Amino acid sequence: MSLDALSALYAAIGVIMFWLALGVAGLVRVHDERFVFRILFPLGSLGGAGLTLVGLAGLTQPAASLVLPLGLPDLPFHLRLDPLSSFFLALLGLAAAGISLFSAAYFRKTAAAQPGLTGLQYHLFLVSMAAVCLADDAYFFMVAWETMALSSYFLVTTDHHVAEIRRAGFLYLLIAHLGAISILLCFGVMQNTAGEYTFASMRGAKLSDFWATAVFLLALVGYGAKAGFVPLHAWLPEAHPAAPSPVSALMSGVMLKMAIYGLLRVTFDLLSQQIWWWGVLALTVGLVSALFGVMFAAVQTDMKRLLAYSSIENIGIALSGIGLAIIFHAYAMNVLAALALIAALYHCINHAAFKSLLFLVTGSVLHATRERSLGHLGGLIRRMPWVAAFGLIGTLAIAGLPPLNGFVSEWLLLQAFLLTPGLPNSYLNMLVPVATAALVLASALAAYVMVKFYGVVFLGQPRDGKLNEVHDASKWERAAFVWLAAACVLLGLAPVAVIAQLDNVSQMLVGATLSGNMGRSGWLFVTPASPERASYSAPLFLIGIVSAVLVVFLLVRWVYHGRARRAAAWDCGFPQQTARMQDTAEGFGQPIKQIFEPFFRIERHLPKPTDERPYYWSKTEDHLWYWLYLPVANTVQWVSQVIGVLQHGRIHVYLVYSFVTLLALLLLIR
Amino acid sequence: MTRFLFSQLFQTLLVVLAAPLLLGWVNQCRAWLQNRSGPGWLQPYRVLRKLFLKDAVLAYNASVLFRITPYVVFGCMALAASIVPVLATDLPFSPAADVIALVGLFALARVFMALAAMDVGTAFGSMGARREMLIASLAEPALLMVVFTPSLISGSTALTTIVETLAHSRLAIYPSMAFAGVAFVMVMLAENARIPIDNPATHLELTMIHEAMILEYSARHLALMEWANAIKLTVYSAVGVALFLPWGIAQAGDWTMMPLAIVAFAAKMAAGGAGLAVLEAVSAKLRIFRAPEFLGMAFMLAVLGILTHFLLER
Repeated sequence: MSLDALSALYAAIGVIMFWLALGVAGLVRVHDERFVFRILFPLGSLGGAGLTLVGLAGLTQPAASLVLPLGLPDLPFHLRLDPLSSFFLALLGLAAAGISLFSAAYFRKTAAAQPGLTGLQYHLFLVSMAAVCLADDAYFFMVAWETMALSSYFLVTTDHHVAEIRRAGFLYLLIAHLGAISILLCFGVMQNTAGEYTFASMRGAKLSDFWATAVFLLALVGYGAKAGFVPLHAWLPEAHPAAPSPVSALMSGVMLKMAIYGLLRVTFDLLSQQIWWWGVLALTVGLVSALFGVMFAAVQTDMKRLLAYSSIENIGIALSGIGLAIIFHAYAMNVLAALALIAALYHCINHAAFKSLLFLVTGSVLHATRERSLGHLGGLIRRMPWVAAFGLIGTLAIAGLPPLNGFVSEWLLLQAFLLTPGLPNSYLNMLVPVATAALVLASALAAYVMVKFYGVVFLGQPRDGKLNEVHDASKWERAAFVWLAAACVLLGLAPVAVIAQLDNVSQMLVGATLSGNMGRSGWLFVTPASPERASYSAPLFLIGIVSAVLVVFLLVRWVYHGRARRAAAWDCGFPQQTARMQDTAEGFGQPIKQIFEPFFRIERHLPKPTDERPYYWSKTEDHLWYWLYLPVANTVQWVSQVIGVLQHGRIHVYLVYSFVTLLALLLLIR
Repeated sequence: MTRFLFSQLFQTLLVVLAAPLLLGWVNQCRAWLQNRSGPGWLQPYRVLRKLFLKDAVLAYNASVLFRITPYVVFGCMALAASIVPVLATDLPFSPAADVIALVGLFALARVFMALAAMDVGTAFGSMGARREMLIASLAEPALLMVVFTPSLISGSTALTTIVETLAHSRLAIYPSMAFAGVAFVMVMLAENARIPIDNPATHLELTMIHEAMILEYSARHLALMEWANAIKLTVYSAVGVALFLPWGIAQAGDWTMMPLAIVAFAAKMAAGGAGLAVLEAVSAKLRIFRAPEFLGMAFMLAVLGILTHFLLER
């Protein structure tokens, strides 16, 4: 693309201003549903498409920076567009374009939420995420980061008359702020008493290993709270189902990636050194999150909670790639670091595409049926063929099946894992290949989870009579599906082109690219190390499958016949079949619950053989609530009660406190 | 180029067409071991012909997904047959997919099969889908661990390179491969729905896994499913042969070795099939919740293989 770096930066600012204008325009006619949803949101979608192009242009350019005369008097806003931020801007634009289109048909006017306000919050959320990517000083970054947290908090609590949603929103806000404090401290350590909060000065600073480690750990906690790494994941399965579906899609598809962006920015760009055990830590946290997320996804009975847990899994996979990149980079194996990093980034953009798509699919289902619980859905493929078709693409992609996009990033990551025996550390090169098993188990269980999701929602017999009257997706919704599904397919089919773009980011962060390894084998084959070592060609793979299927189909049709008739289902000859005899969502998750029982906290009531009216219930919860969150909450409560003793509400007592404090300070200072 | 294409086509067709023969041979051996005379090796072909000639019966609510799945599954298996080096290592299609992509290909077929099983909405269909996905998700890590040992030895995940290395360029005895080999057999039994995980000969309601998934299929659809299953068994055996007994597979460009390669392949398949029949005759089917232990053991063996490789062979 011919756009130079500075014009790309201006263009990005232009998109931000455009989104801001759309948000404010909604305030002019706050109650006009048609104006806000049918005009402003589709325009916002165009902005998203534009931002994707800007991001693509910025990827190939050197960094450009700009100082805006905004902010505090001696703290202006610094902006910078480099390949890393360009990549995440492109990701944001890609997902936002689809999600805004969908929102045009999704949001409704309710008593609780006025269209204009929803539009303002939504566009402010987009603006803040773009600003996070562009920020080049700690001050502007924190402003953008907090705007992101607040605007998404308001969006999550759109239906604030429901107590449960208010609780979910509060939990989200709480953990988001714990993370923000940690990020603030992280920047505080990095400015290293220089008093300069621009990223440029942080890049130049040389920290001792101790303080660099402190920075990394604070960043891991701070960004981990936003990304949902275990054990800071608790808000994710609460907030995502509570939010309206397009907002869930934005939060899961894009906002979690902003945390990955922050972590990469701090670890690879702002810090000048990496220590190998940081990578081991990140790898461990990533793999634990991946396994934890997928196991809990398998036992969920609410479709949006299921997807939320699956987001924890995917973000864990991305983090394990980053961990591997840190390990390789610490040992100066830069090409391998580039491979691991590219796998992680690839997984981020894949997840943005398929998770947004799937959340939008649940939005359409929710719209049509008003039902989120898997126990009341089923058989929708017959009533909602459009949604079912695009849902299938998303399902296959997220299950990591070739030739779609989920497979490519997992394949690259596995290749990176397989190259760890080259590490000059004898423990690492033995243990890391074995740790790969955790990654494979997570991705195999992801297939299990997605079969459950798709099978229970779209296949089988409807579990509820009202499902026979539902309507299919509207034109807006279909357009959004087409956009995101096309992204899934293209990212899967053109890995060579995608990796060529990601090379720019890896060049910037770890100083190496894969183009040396890829170049030898042309545009058709992905060869991360060398053609002899491993190669994969998605287009050939697709051609192979399609031609094999067609040949078989035509042969069977020509040689034999196409006769078929309809009859009642066979089912081993059982005469009566009702919808209640199918597996429920709970039944489908039962084997996982039984095999991995120690990981869940299960309360259940089993009927006795003598019960006149047998009933069964079970509740599956997270151990961490009881082991971590509640003890912490109780401690905080206790401490505040103790401190509360000081509080009387009488002014003269407070004056005594001030007097004593002043005296103490005077004594100390003297 | 045409020679390459010919070699590719020849191998794929050979595996696809000979797959029912392997199944017939295993069944025949099993019959002998059980003191029966058995229906003969060619029985699977007769069954397929019968099924293709019949009229298909579909459930009232069967969707498009249900109807296309047999073709997708068969197509996946045919593609798998063209990736694994069976006779020679010069396969033009082989660079398109390494062994990890092969595992992905099997997963693609499996997911379609499980979705189709849930489509009609019968009790057995969803039960089969659930169990199959469970077994597969536990078997897949073990399978990848098995594959890692030879790929660490040969420094590649491409099957052709592994075969070239193990059979031709670096002839040696690898103790790690013994562990991996045993683990591979265990995983293969699980993934191909054989005893002790599943019993291909049963339609007893509560023990079925694979059969429960294809219960609603009939006629040509069932024929394709059964045939695809036979190809899967053959391809799995071929992967086992390529990883653990690669001797006899012709080197790239070595056309004179072709007849020998065919004979070697047939002999290995015959021996493998007989071995499978013996294994099935001497073991009993496990309860479904014992399957994790079985696969866990396979996984640990594979990990031992990797550790042995690091400790002894480097």
